Amino acid sequence: MLAVSHLTCQRGERVLFQDLSFDLPDRQWLQIAGTNGAGKTSLLRILAGLSEPATGSVAWNGVPVRANRSAYHADLLYLGHQGALKEELTPLENLTLGLGMEGFATTAPAVRDALTRFGLSGRERLPVRYLSAGQRRRVLLCRLRLRPARLWILDEPYTALDVHAAAVLTEHLESHLAQGGSVLLTSHQSLSLAPGMCITL
Amino acid sequence: MTASSITPFRQAVRRDLLLAARHKTEVITALFFFVIVVNLLPLGIGPDPELLRKIAPGALWIGALLATLLGLQRLFAPDHQDGTLEQMALSPQPFTLLVAGKILAHWLVAGLPVVLIAPLLGLQFDLSGRSLWILVLSLLLGTPILSLIGAVGAALTLGVRGSGVLLSLLILPLYIPALIFGAGAVESDLAGLGAEGHLSLLGALLLVCAVFAPWVTTVALRVALE
Repeated sequence: MLAVSHLTCQRGERVLFQDLSFDLPDRQWLQIAGTNGAGKTSLLRILAGLSEPATGSVAWNGVPVRANRSAYHADLLYLGHQGALKEELTPLENLTLGLGMEGFATTAPAVRDALTRFGLSGRERLPVRYLSAGQRRRVLLCRLRLRPARLWILDEPYTALDVHAAAVLTEHLESHLAQGGSVLLTSHQSLSLAPGMCITL
Repeated sequence: MTASSITPFRQAVRRDLLLAARHKTEVITALFFFVIVVNLLPLGIGPDPELLRKIAPGALWIGALLATLLGLQRLFAPDHQDGTLEQMALSPQPFTLLVAGKILAHWLVAGLPVVLIAPLLGLQFDLSGRSLWILVLSLLLGTPILSLIGAVGAALTLGVRGSGVLLSLLILPLYIPALIFGAGAVESDLAGLGAEGHLSLLGALLLVCAVFAPWVTTVALRVALE
């Protein structure tokens, strides 16, 4: 369970949000809504442990995230705005090496299977440079299948996806929740998932 | 599913080597820069063997120093831009380990070729076989220091405008000890004093840098990611 208490985020003089508290239990999902520039990404980055809040704390399973970073990060899958995709490498290499650096061994067939699931079969050996924005996004979403994690923090996961890919993503979110995971995401669309929580910044 | 901690390190090295292999021009440019800088000196100074022998260690070492500096700016900048550093910081594996992997890859791409080609360039400075051997040894110990200290500078100047010039100003003074001991090793061998002392100091410097530089670099990178 993710427990957030009295979080305040400040950027320069401006306070983006203050005294934000919520709990995200297992099998639940939470959507963070808000206008552009409201601080959605800043909140996600704080929750992922990439930046520090001005005040407040984030705890995972009762342990403050700062106290045990690596245990938290083992359970966390974070998908940010930027893809962490190398243009020169193929989707296959990108995923295998990226997961390898996180300490997860994958096999080429498993990666191929994930790419096929997201409609990228036949593009495994094409440098990412030649892929469209939507296709790059799909490569990133393959991480959802390949990297085991209990908490997903997804920043605008539906951006640039077509109807088919969006449906596949929704399926993955549903099965992740059914397996006891939890999801935290930002999105401007209304999602066709079982009712979840929503916070507006 | 989780592998031992050596695997992420190896993956980080492999990834950067693979990227370097797809960007061959950058690697070759730095090496050619080294060859040309070192070659210009004999042409400019004239064919006096005595004088050439005297300036050889310094010339080769300064060439190696400048060649390392060329690629340093791109050590972390592309990874910072496309979010790879973020994912590395979020890895359950120690961030320092992955950073150390990147530094090793940088040395393999920028430092090792310089070490290998240096004896060939040393020949035109009329260095004896023994001095060439000492030169290679000093560069072998010294170029990793250049990569390690350089990584700290690259991390500190990450995301700063005009970081190239700032990086040189920050890093070149810190290279001075390596330059003195490295070039000094060959010089003292030429003078018949033996190079062991200088090489030992260079080795000690390498150990200190290998222990502290990846850690300091990681701290600087975390600040840059905030």
